[in-house]
Amino acid sequence: MIRLPLWILGALLLGGIVHLSTVLAMPQAATQDAYSRLAKLTPVNAVVPLAAPSAQDTTMPFMDPAFAAAVCRYDLSSGAIKLSAPLSQAYTSVTFYTRKSVAYYAINDRAAGRRAIELDLMTPEQHAQVPEEEDVTAADRLIIESPTTTGLIVLRALAPEPSLMAMARRALAGTQCRVEPVPQ
Amino acid sequence: MRLFFGSCFTLILAAAIGLGATWMTLTRGVAFGAMTIGAWTAWPKSGSVDIDPYARATIARTGELPIGTGDGVAFYARTDDAGNMLDGRCTFVISGMTPAARYWTLTLYDGHGRLVANTTDRHGFTSAEIVREVGGRFAINVGPRARPGNWLPSGGIEQFVLVWRLYDTPIGVASLTTKEGPMPAVSRKSCS
Repeated sequence: MIRLPLWILGALLLGGIVHLSTVLAMPQAATQDAYSRLAKLTPVNAVVPLAAPSAQDTTMPFMDPAFAAAVCRYDLSSGAIKLSAPLSQAYTSVTFYTRKSVAYYAINDRAAGRRAIELDLMTPEQHAQVPEEEDVTAADRLIIESPTTTGLIVLRALAPEPSLMAMARRALAGTQCRVEPVPQ
Repeated sequence: MRLFFGSCFTLILAAAIGLGATWMTLTRGVAFGAMTIGAWTAWPKSGSVDIDPYARATIARTGELPIGTGDGVAFYARTDDAGNMLDGRCTFVISGMTPAARYWTLTLYDGHGRLVANTTDRHGFTSAEIVREVGGRFAINVGPRARPGNWLPSGGIEQFVLVWRLYDTPIGVASLTTKEGPMPAVSRKSCS
């Protein structure tokens, strides 16, 4: 009986290990994360508009209903991605997520500063292969490194009033997300 | 024999403690680096690569995509300023001013992040459509029954969540102080 507190102490320590390892393993084990949900709805390396969230149905929880959204589910294994998104009148943003839903880069229309958001997405290896002089001449092109080979690019355009939703959707419809052949 | 029973007891207890703690933290949305202003709490780090393991596990489980740091910051409220749960059968008033941002949106969700059905098909407001008083202050009534002015229907559900998203804002990017407010006050007016 004297040993009971010792057993409990052991259980607490082990329980802590179980807790930490399950928390760390959760992103690997999740089957309903954003990427898995979108994998059923979207082809690879193409921009697909997302259905507006409604009370009956929402692609992902906590989507902002004031925004038109589109997604490009990318796979960089066959080459870098060139993304160009025309800006809507109100507010446009582009957010990059890893395969595990970590937002590693986000840019909005004001930061982009032009009439369109244009950038290249590549893996660190592909970035290293970009010839140096090309890097200089393309200094005004934004190059983003993706930490994972696959992931999500989410484009959002604000409709400040519900009547402007069609305008926001039209702006996103002009978005392109296409694979560039690997430079030789 | 005693060793055997002791080990079994320890292992079962350890599994219960470990899985219980994981379940508790993930369903309650525990994350580090919270920034609380009144009833509103944001986790600015969740929109960057500095996201902590708890927030990572939570978004993997729920399937949401956090708002990126370069895009904006999202503040969540599950209670009013006095700590009362946001009950859809009560009327709440959100009033005051908002922090600096190019645009903001306010949206009402149920506990699982779904929009709440209502007859007017209104689920929130944007900074462009809100009706303001002189001086830029505003008041939004959140409740089950129609109200004059800015009315956000709560559909009479048991518990709702308010999410205030600030877009193109310096908040949460540069620093993490709570003096950056003010966020609007949330107070309960009446319950039916």
